[in-house]
Amino acid sequence: MNAIDKFLKQDGTALSLRQKRLDILGSNIANAATPHFKARDIDFASAFKSALGGGDLVTTSANHIEVGGSPASADIKYRVPVSPSLDGNTVELHVEQLQFAENATHYEATLQFLSGRIQTLKSALKGE
Amino acid sequence: MKSLTIFDVAGRAMAAQQVRLNTVASNLANVMSISGSPDNVYKPIKPIFETQYANVPGNNGIATVDTVGIEASKADPEKRYDPNHPLADKDGYIYAPAIDQNAEMVDMLETSRQYQNNIEVLSTAKTLLLKTINVGK
Repeated sequence: MNAIDKFLKQDGTALSLRQKRLDILGSNIANAATPHFKARDIDFASAFKSALGGGDLVTTSANHIEVGGSPASADIKYRVPVSPSLDGNTVELHVEQLQFAENATHYEATLQFLSGRIQTLKSALKGE
Repeated sequence: MKSLTIFDVAGRAMAAQQVRLNTVASNLANVMSISGSPDNVYKPIKPIFETQYANVPGNNGIATVDTVGIEASKADPEKRYDPNHPLADKDGYIYAPAIDQNAEMVDMLETSRQYQNNIEVLSTAKTLLLKTINVGK
């Protein structure tokens, strides 16, 4: 992995996980009135950890295998409802909306961090 | 179905809610559709919603909703004795559709709320996407 990749990996991974979570929460909200639909979500903290993988382990040879998973392989779990409804739907709008708002805010924050890193890179390249 | 984006998800959910709103409107419009026979009276309609999962390996948790059908209610029409009504049958009965106006109004409110929720999802996703396009500028 080259230096620029490594420099941007953390924010990039976080961003794609946030995007994935945005899709899942959006699906939950879309299915708020569908009988038997089970709300799902990913645990961001653990998914992020496993996506980043083996901490400080680096691949220094072409024969080395990359450690850790990818954002695409994040574990999707089922939400445990506070008060289940009779039609078997486990979407609770207040919960979903809260998570959605939180996720959107974090997405934006991550975007800011990424933007900052890119700016840093740019100024390093320009050498001004 | 192939893969879904969040725009597909919210858009199709809005279409489904739109169908639901149409059924509510039809039902409410026909509250006074009196008939002289129980077979000809208007039957309230209800949409059937079904989750549509994105058809990708290892189901990625993305799902939208489609209206798979609209079904007529099986409830019996309301039989009223009104011999002076021009449509009354030979025994003096008229038949009104089995529409629960209160339930329809509640349904309408819920539909409108969920439509709004999907718009909210759509506009948030759009804002984030536009900001992502401009990252690093």
